[in-house]
Amino acid sequence: MSGMHAWLTATETTSKRQAHLQTWYLAWLRLRANPLTLFGMAVLAGLILTAILAPWIAPAGFDDQSLTHRLLPPSAANWFGTDDLGRDIFSRLVHGARITLMIAALVAVIAAPIGLLVGTAAGYFGGWVDAVLMRINDIFLSFPGLILALGFVAALGPGIRNTIIAIALTAWPSIARLARAETLTIRHSDYIAAVRIQGASSLRIITRHIMPMCLPSVIVRITLNMAGIILTAAGLGFLGLGAQPPMPEWGAMLSAGRSHISGAWWLSTVPGIAILLTSLAFNLVGDGLRDVLDPRSGR
Amino acid sequence: MRLSRVARGAGSVLATMLGLLALTFFMGRMLPNDPVIAVIGDHADQATYDMVYHQLGLDKPLTTQFLLYLGAMLRGDFGNALFTGHRVASDLARAFPATIELATIAIVIGVGLGVPLGVAAAVFRNSPIDYLARCLGLIGASAPTFWLGIMGLMVFYASLGWVAGPGRLDVSFIDSIEPHTGFLLIDALIEGDMDVFWNAVDHIILPASILAAGSMATISRLTRSFMLEQLSQEYIVTARAKGLSKWAVIRRHAFRNILVQLVTIIALAYAFLLEGAVLTETVFAWPGFGRYLTAGLLAGDMNAVLACVLIVGVIFIGLNMVADLLYTWLDPRTR
Repeated sequence: MSGMHAWLTATETTSKRQAHLQTWYLAWLRLRANPLTLFGMAVLAGLILTAILAPWIAPAGFDDQSLTHRLLPPSAANWFGTDDLGRDIFSRLVHGARITLMIAALVAVIAAPIGLLVGTAAGYFGGWVDAVLMRINDIFLSFPGLILALGFVAALGPGIRNTIIAIALTAWPSIARLARAETLTIRHSDYIAAVRIQGASSLRIITRHIMPMCLPSVIVRITLNMAGIILTAAGLGFLGLGAQPPMPEWGAMLSAGRSHISGAWWLSTVPGIAILLTSLAFNLVGDGLRDVLDPRSGR
Repeated sequence: MRLSRVARGAGSVLATMLGLLALTFFMGRMLPNDPVIAVIGDHADQATYDMVYHQLGLDKPLTTQFLLYLGAMLRGDFGNALFTGHRVASDLARAFPATIELATIAIVIGVGLGVPLGVAAAVFRNSPIDYLARCLGLIGASAPTFWLGIMGLMVFYASLGWVAGPGRLDVSFIDSIEPHTGFLLIDALIEGDMDVFWNAVDHIILPASILAAGSMATISRLTRSFMLEQLSQEYIVTARAKGLSKWAVIRRHAFRNILVQLVTIIALAYAFLLEGAVLTETVFAWPGFGRYLTAGLLAGDMNAVLACVLIVGVIFIGLNMVADLLYTWLDPRTR
């Protein structure tokens, strides 16, 4: 182990692979130094495992109804109680982790490439391309995310697929703006000029030489946005516009508990805590990553 | 010099507004279901269908349709809301004061608690109060507003009975006050009816506090980081060396210097309250713009939804512009 540590922290590297691994290792050491970041990472890791192993962890299916066991308070048999159809809240919560993580992952997978492409193209080409793209960007940024997503869901119709599309449509502009700012700082550097003299096309320069440089800050941005994305998705579910019943989406579960606030407190409390923990974890990990990649902002 | 910047700013605002209109226009056209069917239902005959198709202007080219839409929006004509049977504009005129009332009290709470907390956290850095501020900041940024609302109702209304429940007034008080301004608190004072006034206070205090949680978190976090930046400057040391007391330096030097930034973020925080209002109003059955928007959404009424989206966009652009102008006006360096 100590040999590994020495190899990973050696001041002189002997191979490209060693240098590469070193940057990751050093980043990890700095991440590790912050207990809150570690906590966030642990929560996220637990959540991902829960989502993968959901059918094995959950004692019951997410739609297993039992009308003789309606609205039972938390007990040894039903850790978080049951809902008004006698479904086990814990099982639904565990299955719901899949929905939440799927929404988050798909939004990131859709929004990040769009944002990256628009931002780098605007920054690299400048001129009217920049003006047009950034104007479109400004229009999207002139809305709070939830309202814009509501507008898109209204147009596309409710459902989980449209929730993902709507949130992705609201998520790309902040990434594009960041990628553009990064591109502007590197587009006049010597290495870009060198590649251009070698005859590389604009597409090649952008995808091979500019995008990789933007990636770290884009990843931080997405991680920090993830908290907001999860809250927006839960909000849409809460309003009845996201995942439809009987899907165990956390926001929708929370909403179903509204009619029982004076009796069955667990119905709304438990899914809310799940949403809070997930979005908190993304915030903590995002803050930690930002401190590692940009130590100046760490205050 | 200043005039040209204002002109450029106005030009860019206009361009954004135009884009906004184009966006809502296309949202309306993206609709998978037929707008004609939405008006006449699916049992009408072909002749009625054709007539409404023509009335809605759907037989005209897209550019003409957009210009017609533009004209209607500029006149403030958002069409009819099918689910209420009224004009969207008059529905909104009734709903907006309820939201503004809620949001204004929320921002007062958010600023009133957030700014002192942020300043204290910066001055006593790494003390318990700093940890408290950072904790609240993180939770405020991570907690779903609608969940906080339900928890609030559960604890303070259903269990403790400290505040009144959902709605703006108790049922017995509804419609007992002449709507002069639409702001219940002000209307009650104009009428001199203190029973209604205190009942309205009882109803607004919980939703406003819940709505304030998010902006309080943002405001305290940013106040803290602005203050930390000022407190690390050399002029602070100089002022202390001159013999000024610690609090005099904090109040008259450091805090005064963050005012410009603070005003800007408060204007933006106010705009973001509109987003929170959509969810808070749903939880508290608050008859404001947010509930109107979600009711329109669930009824599939595009006229109502697009009007709401457009108005929020306009308010956002407007408040951004106000924030910009305030910044220019307050900060002598940008003159």
